[in-house]
Amino acid sequence: MSARAIRRRLTPYVLVLPGWLWLLIFFVVPALSMLSVSTMTGDDLNGFKQTFHFGTYVDAWNQYHTQIVRSLTYGLIATVLCLVIAYPVAYWIAFRGGRYKSSLLFLLLLPFFVSFVIRTQSWEFMLDDHGMVLGVLRTLHLEGILHTVGLVGSGGQILQTSTAVVGGLVYNFLPFTILPIYVALERVDPALLEASADLYASKAVAFRKVVLPLSMPGVFAAVLLTFVPVASDYVNAQILGGAKTTMVGTVIQTEYFTNLNYPLAASLSFILMAVLLVGIFAYAKALGTDDALEMAAA
Amino acid sequence: MTALAGPALDEAMEDRLPSGKRLRGRKRRGVLLPIWGWLVILWLASPIIVMIVYGFNDGNGKAVSTTWNGFTLKWYQHLFVYSDLTSALVNSITIALLTTAISIVLGTLMGVALGKYRFRGTGSVNLLLFANIAAPEVVLGAALLTLFLTLNIPRGYSTILIAHVMFSVAYVVVTVRARMAGLDPALEEAARDLGAGPIATFFRVTLPMIWPGVLAGGLLAFAMSIDDYIITSFNNGQTQTFPLWVYGAFQRNGGSVPPQVNVMGTLIFAFGVLVAVTGAVGSRKKA
Amino acid sequence: MANEPGLGPDLARGLTEPRLNRRRFLQIGGLGALGLGLTACGIPGSKSSGGNLGGQAWRDEIGKFWSQQKQTNVLNFENWPLYIDVGKGSDHPSLDLFTKETGIKVNYKEDIQDDASFYGKIAPVLKAGQNPGFDLMVITNGFELENLFARDWLIPLDQSRMSNFYTYASDLAKDPSYDRGNVYTMAWQSGITGIGYNPKLIGKEITSWNDLLDPKLKGKVGMFADNQDLPCSALCAIGVNPEISTPADWTKAADWLKKQRPSVRKYYDQSYIGALKRGDLWASMAWSGDVFASQADNPDLRFVVPKEGAAIWTDNMCIPVHASHPLDAMIYMDYVYQPRIAAMLADYINYITPVSAVQPIFQKEAKAATSKSDKQYYQNLSTSPMIFPKPADFAKLHRYRVLTADEEVKWNALFEPIYQA
Repeated sequence: MSARAIRRRLTPYVLVLPGWLWLLIFFVVPALSMLSVSTMTGDDLNGFKQTFHFGTYVDAWNQYHTQIVRSLTYGLIATVLCLVIAYPVAYWIAFRGGRYKSSLLFLLLLPFFVSFVIRTQSWEFMLDDHGMVLGVLRTLHLEGILHTVGLVGSGGQILQTSTAVVGGLVYNFLPFTILPIYVALERVDPALLEASADLYASKAVAFRKVVLPLSMPGVFAAVLLTFVPVASDYVNAQILGGAKTTMVGTVIQTEYFTNLNYPLAASLSFILMAVLLVGIFAYAKALGTDDALEMAAA
Repeated sequence: MTALAGPALDEAMEDRLPSGKRLRGRKRRGVLLPIWGWLVILWLASPIIVMIVYGFNDGNGKAVSTTWNGFTLKWYQHLFVYSDLTSALVNSITIALLTTAISIVLGTLMGVALGKYRFRGTGSVNLLLFANIAAPEVVLGAALLTLFLTLNIPRGYSTILIAHVMFSVAYVVVTVRARMAGLDPALEEAARDLGAGPIATFFRVTLPMIWPGVLAGGLLAFAMSIDDYIITSFNNGQTQTFPLWVYGAFQRNGGSVPPQVNVMGTLIFAFGVLVAVTGAVGSRKKA
Repeated sequence: MANEPGLGPDLARGLTEPRLNRRRFLQIGGLGALGLGLTACGIPGSKSSGGNLGGQAWRDEIGKFWSQQKQTNVLNFENWPLYIDVGKGSDHPSLDLFTKETGIKVNYKEDIQDDASFYGKIAPVLKAGQNPGFDLMVITNGFELENLFARDWLIPLDQSRMSNFYTYASDLAKDPSYDRGNVYTMAWQSGITGIGYNPKLIGKEITSWNDLLDPKLKGKVGMFADNQDLPCSALCAIGVNPEISTPADWTKAADWLKKQRPSVRKYYDQSYIGALKRGDLWASMAWSGDVFASQADNPDLRFVVPKEGAAIWTDNMCIPVHASHPLDAMIYMDYVYQPRIAAMLADYINYITPVSAVQPIFQKEAKAATSKSDKQYYQNLSTSPMIFPKPADFAKLHRYRVLTADEEVKWNALFEPIYQA
């Protein structure tokens, strides 16, 4: 092989190497180490020994399936809400943004240059029993709507209910949904739309049959980038939530820091991760492709 | 390319549709979408507005008061009284900048490789990235801490940086790769035919074309790094970052933060707006 | 083995420098197999290697250790936020005074948010035999402190440098049940976990834990999300002294909490006080100092030690093993027991000070005060039962239950699901 051909062969590996090494050392090795911890037994005082005890996974499920299911539920609801809100915004920026596209994207990400605690605290102000949202609704005598839809707690409050938590989750992760959809939409060749118009398709049909399918890889990436962090977030629930909104991340933290039960904490983490991965792959399958990875690659 | 997608496309479509529906359809479409878009942007920004407003609220200085006590600029004057808070902010900014720089380099290289070449490692690298993105923050943070402890690496600034790059790289790869996949290889070939070496090709042809992807990934990395709480809290040792300090003060203060935090938030936000506006003006000039 | 006279020179060395051993060198080599291989062997336990605690040989070791320490004029102090006096900006007058009078510069940090997460942070460091990066910390008497004792992760104090302590410490601070003889700790501040409430919103006074079960308070009650204050308060509620409670009592207490659950708005961390001030909560489990301080913002708030009893806790100064500047820490610990310094701290912190001589100081301040607000403030301070509990209160106050490792598992299994449901 000529030198150039060899170089061409090697180039991709060389390019990939630095990032790959970083992830190997700081992600794969620690993850494997945690996997190993999840099958140990013992306690903090006397030490943990590797016993390949998989019963911990069963214990973890038995103890915390409520929180796991709740996290997934919140995750699903929040992701769907995010998609519904995000898609039109992404469409708007991609097709109507013109030269202001990057500025609009920047504006979307701007709140995230400010700490989430400040944002969430501001939400606390606004959602408070005596805060802006309820205040405005009461003045307009509209607070009854929230009652009937069942979005408020027993005292008529928004805070410390699952509404507040899901609202906080949607709020915090919306940009992660908008960006991938935008990237996919932005690549849609307008010539395709012209062609569909030439064939007498209405705008709605063009959207349904041309734009939407072309944007699916973006939607898939958006779901991936939204559902996973939403389901594993717990800080929102800690700040905005109440007595019945604890998510699985909180209990993982408790097991890790308070109970020092490392095997249980590790098992719980892997259960969460496994369920998320299964969900993502199922979704990929439903979209009609076997290779979710290739989907994510698009 | 997509400049055509704007008004020109609407017109192209309009000419082909039955007249009555066409006019109504266009007007309705034209207004709803931007309204929705701006509403969402406003919604995303509303807590920021609250933050800015309450940065001017008078009070006793320990916490932001929920009632309006009068307009004051004194928090702006005494911005750096909490030396811990100031150093935490500086840490956050420098870590975020470094993270963005390193992630962009590592991520762009990887994204270009994955988007351009077909090689045997593609599958496993994709799996690696997928797993990294899919892993919950709690898992990433705790696992990394275990590694540092095992290797007796003291936790501090550098471990935070390592952790931040670790969770950011994949996002840069994803955006760059998506952008790469849509590139016309003919352009690079043309550059090579004209005698450009591979490095020159990369910097003068490839990079400018994938720049939006690199920028998007870099922005994501910066935003995630400056705002990260969970992973940082596992790996920070004694080093404070802005989110950690603020959350700690928030908890201890009975659910509110010193006004200086709001002021700093306001200033950061103002800086961001400035950059965005400059960018918009800049692109207007280009167009 | 039991007759082994302590750890000898290893103890002194172990207290000051990280242990180097074969395992550490093995760890540094190899990478891919490292993660699996190392943890396949297990995670070492942290049980202390024993030693004859309290024996003369042990005391000699401690004495020798301290005689080798030198004052370095640097002190790294980890504390809870808002737990020290604050001057005009972020300076701390008592620390500045300390530096002026002893020459020791203090690097003061407020990283401790709660015992559990702080312990979770430092435990791996101490277990690995590394320097935790600070010399003095403030830990509540509870599981974490017990854990630190059991694992030999605290440096026993130099009793010869505790003259101020033994002169001025109150009965509460001297020789506490969780650290007999003050081997490892000196109290920083104490507090009571009682009930904070707003009588204007409720319409009547609260006197008992069972008042929190009132259906009129549904959705307006706050409780703590922790495994010490919450269970011990519940034990008090059912009329049991937590310190001598049995597992059967714990089950009954858990049932009481489950009965209460529908009324509880949220199981809070320290942010309950904001909710109480705002009126989101009408009554809540509360710390005495928080309520005292918040009366400035909301004068309607009241604090009560319920008639069935309540928990009293103490945050303690202690020195972690492998600290670089233990002698400077020792000097500081004794320094703050001088009444004039203790008064400076108590003036701001508003919790229960370990120096009873502070009360007459506040009474004098009240008399000498020129402005009405100052007079009022010091009068409040010197007479408030939140700062200086009355003897009748003390009769009702109990310490936390000390648990063995097995008991801890049972206890957590009973109570954690209540606030983590």
